[in-house]
Amino acid sequence: MSTAEITATPDSRPVAPAIVRRSPVLSWLRLLGSELRLIFRRLRNLALLSVLVVLPLLLGIALWVAAPHHGDGGGGPDASFIDQLAGNGVFLSFIALTIMMTLVLPLVVAVVSGDSIAGEAGYGTLRYLLTVPAGRARLLSVKYTAVMIFGFVSCLLVSGVSLIVGVALFPVGPVTLLSGTTVSLADGLLRLLFVTLYVTAAMAALGAIGLAISTLTEHAIGAIAAIMILAVASEVADNVPQFAVVHPFLPTHWWLSFDSLLRSPIATGDLVHGLLSFGVYVVIFGAIAWARFTTANVTS
Amino acid sequence: MSGAPAVSTTGLTKRFRGGQLAVDDLDLVVPRGSVYGFLGPNGSGKTTTIRMLLGLVFPTRGSHQLLGIPMPHGSAQVLPKVGSLVEGPAFYPQLSGPANLARIDAADRTADPGTARERITTSLERVGLLAAKKKHYRAYSLGMKQRLAIAASLLQPRELIILDEPTNGLDPQGTREVRGLIREIATEGVTVLVSSHLLAEVEQICSHVGVMRTGRLVFQGPLDELRARGSARIEVHTTEVERAAEIFGKLGLADIQTSEGEVSAQLADQLPERICRELVYADIPVAGLGTARPNLEELFVGLTGEGFDVDG
Repeated sequence: MSTAEITATPDSRPVAPAIVRRSPVLSWLRLLGSELRLIFRRLRNLALLSVLVVLPLLLGIALWVAAPHHGDGGGGPDASFIDQLAGNGVFLSFIALTIMMTLVLPLVVAVVSGDSIAGEAGYGTLRYLLTVPAGRARLLSVKYTAVMIFGFVSCLLVSGVSLIVGVALFPVGPVTLLSGTTVSLADGLLRLLFVTLYVTAAMAALGAIGLAISTLTEHAIGAIAAIMILAVASEVADNVPQFAVVHPFLPTHWWLSFDSLLRSPIATGDLVHGLLSFGVYVVIFGAIAWARFTTANVTS
Repeated sequence: MSGAPAVSTTGLTKRFRGGQLAVDDLDLVVPRGSVYGFLGPNGSGKTTTIRMLLGLVFPTRGSHQLLGIPMPHGSAQVLPKVGSLVEGPAFYPQLSGPANLARIDAADRTADPGTARERITTSLERVGLLAAKKKHYRAYSLGMKQRLAIAASLLQPRELIILDEPTNGLDPQGTREVRGLIREIATEGVTVLVSSHLLAEVEQICSHVGVMRTGRLVFQGPLDELRARGSARIEVHTTEVERAAEIFGKLGLADIQTSEGEVSAQLADQLPERICRELVYADIPVAGLGTARPNLEELFVGLTGEGFDVDG
């Protein structure tokens, strides 16, 4: 090799830095920590989270003003959420989750998941993470975990804040369910926890769709818009009776099925269908995101 | 393994989906310990090549190795030993310099979190950014951004550093600083691959050069070899251009060029005084005679083509 004449003498070469193999779990957690710091300190995301605090607060106040006052409410069988609220403040959480689920929670998840890969690509930071190397599949798993955690915190915030507001403004005691049965307050709160987890699962499915869309573009705003359009289109289609055949397969179809948790006995059929649907969406779109991201040319 | 070149590519080719051939059959060899100037005009395929080297873009054909390890398969193994700056700096605008470096470091499986703070401080100090450690990246000047990117490539001990246009957009002062930094890195025995569209910017620090033109490598070798390529020419000023050119022909000179009042040719191994004597014997009025050796810049332009000829 004639080109090697000017090669430095071997003595001046750097001592090969030994590549230290650190615990893959710990290093994965370190990257996750960095990712969480990044998304939870971002002003835009904090603004979204504050919306999730303010809306249940306003909702509680509005319903308190409108409610038939001083405990003469309370519902018989098949009473609606709102009627139940007058009898028990815990119901504000279920009302808030139901309302937030149609638009605000999906929007929050769309923003964070749509930004996950596309945002890094847009900044150009993606190429630097990949040359570290962060590892494409590893980075994707960290991104998705962070999206799920953000989704969980969002849902928890809605149910937590509305629980506090509900307890402050309305009477609290044994919870009368939608089926008319009354359970203890502890049982009611446990059901609220399950509802929150169910909603989180629904958001995790939407997050997987968002992650997949996010790997297709370097424009975060485009990805976010696409996810929102998808979610809204699915909700609209779900309300058109002519599309009844596809309803069970729509990503949003099972979102509100958590009301079975508010009946006694709990109708597990819809819940299982819902969770299964979310699982299938996570697997399919997770696979799409992986297939795309691990083979994509990064030219941003 | 240490005998392997720092970078070697075999028939590396990239055709983008639009059909555009960005890199065509590239055989790059960057010897260990060298400072390799990777030159070529904008759009000649340098950045695409660097992206392929680092596993960001997958080649259509061909293969390559970094430090003797095949890529992109061995990226987890070899990339921790490679620092890089690709197509300009890119960081999170809302974070400070140290926070940005901490983010990069957190992504590194091989980095020790216990020494992260210390390593970040050291590399910021090396590029002179320690004083600005509270400043958000969005408030950085272009030169500071460039230096932060170099600091990121110095977070860990490296065997190879790949810098794509590290002086792009810098003022002469900044360019000098970056050049000094590269020189310093190289004296530690680290191989440096530095790309530029300006030969003058890297000429003083390079031991080797590779020159790209529209996706192809048109020259590769030690800088001295490129210099030696520029053979001297003889230039004669005369009113009898035609007859002088005839004499040049008889003497066996190559590449004879004539213009108004001047004739020139490659000197090869002929002596100028002998050519002068022949001209005078032939009764050609010689108003002036001289020899000239093209400088590196001219050789470079000769290799890469003049002006905006980005064919394809």
